[in-house]
Amino acid sequence: MAYWEEQSECCPREDLEQLQLERLQSVINRVYKNVAFYRALFDGERIVPEDVGSLDAFTKLPFTTKKDLEKNYPYGMFAVPLREVVRIHTTTDTIDTPTVVGYTAHDLKTWSDLVARFLLSGGASRDDVIQVSFHYGLFTGAFGLHHGAEKIGASVIPASSENTEKQIRIMQDYRTTVLVSTPSYALFLADTLEEMGIDPKQMMLKKGLFGGEIWSDKTRADIQERLYIEAFDNYGVSELMGPGIAGECREKQGLHIVEDHVLPEIIDPETGESLPPGKTGELVLTTLTREAFPLVRYRTGDITSLDYGTCACGRTMVRMKRIERRTDDLIIIKGINVDPHQIEKVLLEIEGCEPHYQVIVRRENNRDHLVVNVAVSENIFFDELRLQESFVEKVRTALGRRLNVRVDVKLMERKSLEESLKKSPKIVDSREL
Amino acid sequence: MLRLQNLNTYYGEIHVLKNISLHIQEGEMVTLIGANGAGKSTMLNSISGIVGAKSGAILYNGTDISNMSPDRIVQQGISQVPEGRQLFAPLSVEDNLRLGAYTRYGKENKKEIQKDLETVYALFPRLKERERQYAGTLSGGEQQMLAMGRALMCRPKLLILDEPSMGLAPLIISEIFKTIARLRDTQKTTLFVVEQNARVALKYADRGYVMETGKIMLEGNSRDLLENKEVQRAYLGKQKKPIWE
Ligand SMILES: Nc1ncnc2c1ncn2[C@@H]1O[C@H](COP(=O)(O)OP(=O)(O)OP(=O)(O)O)[C@@H](O)[C@H]1O
Ligand SMILES: [Mg+2]
Ligand SMILES: [Zn+2]
Repeated sequence: MAYWEEQSECCPREDLEQLQLERLQSVINRVYKNVAFYRALFDGERIVPEDVGSLDAFTKLPFTTKKDLEKNYPYGMFAVPLREVVRIHTTTDTIDTPTVVGYTAHDLKTWSDLVARFLLSGGASRDDVIQVSFHYGLFTGAFGLHHGAEKIGASVIPASSENTEKQIRIMQDYRTTVLVSTPSYALFLADTLEEMGIDPKQMMLKKGLFGGEIWSDKTRADIQERLYIEAFDNYGVSELMGPGIAGECREKQGLHIVEDHVLPEIIDPETGESLPPGKTGELVLTTLTREAFPLVRYRTGDITSLDYGTCACGRTMVRMKRIERRTDDLIIIKGINVDPHQIEKVLLEIEGCEPHYQVIVRRENNRDHLVVNVAVSENIFFDELRLQESFVEKVRTALGRRLNVRVDVKLMERKSLEESLKKSPKIVDSREL
Repeated sequence: MLRLQNLNTYYGEIHVLKNISLHIQEGEMVTLIGANGAGKSTMLNSISGIVGAKSGAILYNGTDISNMSPDRIVQQGISQVPEGRQLFAPLSVEDNLRLGAYTRYGKENKKEIQKDLETVYALFPRLKERERQYAGTLSGGEQQMLAMGRALMCRPKLLILDEPSMGLAPLIISEIFKTIARLRDTQKTTLFVVEQNARVALKYADRGYVMETGKIMLEGNSRDLLENKEVQRAYLGKQKKPIWE
C-alpha cells in the first residue's frame, strides 16, 4: 500500500487534533490581522481571535458564504499582497462574479502534494500514463491534477478539451493508463468508443479518477463496465484550492479528507447548527494552511456525512460520504419543495430509464412548469409512438407521485442530453422569482 | 512528547500568552521565533513552572504539568537554559556543572556524575580546558556553553533554550547551534529553542512557530518558514513594501 505522505495521512488522531488546533488558531490570528473582511466580521460579532480556544468556541464563529466572496471580488479576500501570489484561478460559476482564488508558491506546493495523495490512494503511480481531460484554463481541475500527477512522477498528457476522437486517438496511441475527467465525460467517451467500434478492453486504460460533479453509484457502475476500468471519486472546491480536498482509497468507503490542511464540519443547512459526527448535513470547511486565500467556515453547499471510524487502508483521515446533492438544489414550485435528487431515484427505479436527466423550470403566464428531460437507454421506442407515449406516462406518474407536483417528461437520446448538459446545468431554473 | 493546549498566561492584568497551542515530538528540534516582547520567555517559563498559567494545559508525555513546581518539572526530565545564562560567576566551571546535577545528588553516586561531566566536556572541549576558571571570567560564547552543559547535567529528555544567540558574534552563534543540533542527532535530546535570530534558528531546527504579541501566527517546517514572505519581511530583514493598501 503506497502513501504519498504516510506520516500525515496515517497520523494518530490525537496528534492530528493537536495539529488542527494549532493551525486553526494561527489561521484565525492571520485572517484577523491580514483580511479586512474577517477583521470586520469578528469585530462586528465582538469576537477576539484569542477567544477561539477550543473547537467548541470555533463553531460559534460566523460562516463565510459565496455572497461574501462575491462582495469582495476580486482581491478582497487575499491574505497576502498580490506580489506574493504566483497563480490565480477562478471558479466557473454561472453567476456574473466568479470567485478569484490566489495561490502563493507554498500554496501550489501543498496543492500538488494533496493531489498526489489521492492519486496514490487510488492506485496511480509513477508508472502510469495519466491523461488529463479537463479544460486547461481558469478552472482549477486541470492544473491541480496536472501538478499532482507530475509530482508522483507519472507521464502526464494535458489532453485538455481536445475533441473526443482526438482524445481517443491519444488514449490508444500513447497508451494512457489513467483517465482524469468528469464522470459525465467518461460516459460520453464510452458512447463515442461504442460508435467508433473500439473495444475498451483493447486499450491500456485501467483506472479513472473522476470528480467535479455529483455522480451516483449507478453511474460509477456504468463507467466501470463500459470503459472496463476501476473508477475513483475525488472531491474539490475551487474556493478552497480545487481538487485535493478529498479522495477515495481502494476501499471506496468514502473519501478521505485532507484533515491536516482542511478542517471539516457538518452543519444543519437550515439552522446553521453543528451536527454530531455521522449526521448528514452541509459540509463546512476551514483552510488550515492556505497562505493567499484562507477561508474560515466556508459553506460548500454540499450535503454529506463524516465517518471517523478506522479505514482498512490505514489512513486516519476522516471519510466523507460521496456527495449526493447540494443544499441549493431545491426547487420550490407552487410552494412545494422539489428535491431533484428524488428525480434521479425515481428514474433509477424505472426500467429503460437512465439516471441522466435535466430539469427545466419555466414560468409561463404566471404558472410554473417542471420539465424533466430523461435519457433512455435504447431508442427502440422512437419508432413506436404508442409505446413511447405510455412510457412517458409511466415516468410522469412515477415522478408526480414522488414529488407531489405535476411534471412534464421529455425523452431524449443520451447523446443529445449530454450535449445539452454541456451547455446548461442540470437544473435550469429560468423563472424570475 | 510536549503538548501545549490553549495556554493563557497573565502578568497581573496583562494578557501575555493568548491561547497558545504547540507541540514537540520526541527527537525533534523545534524553534519559536518572535520579536521582543512577543512572549517567548513567558512561554518557556510557563513550561518550566516558573510562571503559572491561568488556563490551558501543558501535557508532558500525557501528564499535565501546568501545576507542578519547577523542581518536579526538572525531575520529569525538562531542563531549561535561561535567557542571559544565569551562571554563578564566582564559582568555577566545574562547580557550576556539578550544581546542575543537584537534583540527582543522593540518588546516584558520584561516579555517575563524573560520567556526565565527561560527556559534557566531550561536547564542549572548551569547558574542559577551563574547568578551574571562574564562570564570570568566561567569554559570552563559553558562558552559553557552560549554561547548556549545566542544564545537560540533569540528563534532560527535553532541553529548552532561551535565546542562546543573545549577545554573541555570528561565528560563535553558529558554533552554538551546531552543538545544539548535535545534541539532537547524537544524544537524542529533544530540543525547544526560542530565538529572535530567525535565520539561524530555522537553519538548524526541524520545525518552527512564529509568535507575535502573545499569539502564534504561523507554524510549519523550517524550510517553509524560511521561504515564507511574511517571515522574511518581519524576521529576516528582507524588507519590501506591499504593492497595494
Ligand atoms: N467528487 C465530487 N462529487 C460530488 N461533487 C463534487 C465532486 N467534486 C466537486 N464537486 C462539486 O463541485 C463543487 C466545487 O467545484 P468548483 O468550486 O470547482 O466548481 P465551480 O463551478 O468553480 O464553483 P460553484 O460550485 O460555486 O459553481 C463542489 O462544491 C461540489 O458541489
Ligand atoms: Mg465552486
Ligand atoms: Zn481508506
